[in-house]
Amino acid sequence: MNLRRDVFQAIADPTRRAILLLVAAQSMTAGAIASNFDTARPTVSKHLQILTECELLEQKQNGREIYYLINAKKMKDVADFIEPFRQLWDDRFNKLETIMKNYQSKK
Amino acid sequence: MELKTKIAAEDGKQYLVITREFDLPLELLFKAHVEPEIVEQWMGTKVLKLEGKKHGGWQFETTDAKGNVVFRANGVIHEFVPNQKITRTFEMENTPFPVQLEFLEFERLTDDTSKINIHIVYKSVAHRDQMLQLPFAQGLNMAHNRLQDTVSKLK
Repeated sequence: MNLRRDVFQAIADPTRRAILLLVAAQSMTAGAIASNFDTARPTVSKHLQILTECELLEQKQNGREIYYLINAKKMKDVADFIEPFRQLWDDRFNKLETIMKNYQSKK
Repeated sequence: MELKTKIAAEDGKQYLVITREFDLPLELLFKAHVEPEIVEQWMGTKVLKLEGKKHGGWQFETTDAKGNVVFRANGVIHEFVPNQKITRTFEMENTPFPVQLEFLEFERLTDDTSKINIHIVYKSVAHRDQMLQLPFAQGLNMAHNRLQDTVSKLK
């Protein structure tokens, strides 16, 4: 699977997008991030792992703590990319196709 | 799997081209762009006005569950040739985005398949790029609102 797709799968999840927004404001430890969500701690850890693997988040050692911070360059790559725009039109056109197929068979 | 809907947006150009092939006869593809009740279904917006003729106008509106208007757009139709082309302007109301010009071309491939080609021209490269990023930004915004809801429940 290519990396670009991984990034979009990463940001397709609402919890992961919320994590990105949190960390965008300030770098945080996994514990501090998890305290913002009702989700179980291991689930948040899994989200952090995915975000780190596709390089949207970076880890920084600070004493005994690991802080997560946004990889601004990678985020910009994603923001520049037109995939969500394409997806929007693809969804619309898929609907159009389904509607008109039904329309056709009713006639 | 091959992507069905393609977007060509060259760097530094103030236009983009959307293409898509349909498993539908040309007449049905065109009809889906002209009949208000069909447009409403696939665009997910209410059609206030849609005059399929030269010098005609159109207006779409989307409201949320509480009845607040969240999106309203309008434009005029410059060219209208059934089963061939629609040339129209597009303006989002109450936003800083300038008017854009859209050339829709409909093409017959076989008896049962057809193709649409939408060429959209923006006022500037920057305006095009902003428009392209809008769905991404909205995705983030929605996540942000949910986050705020969650956070305010905690307080």
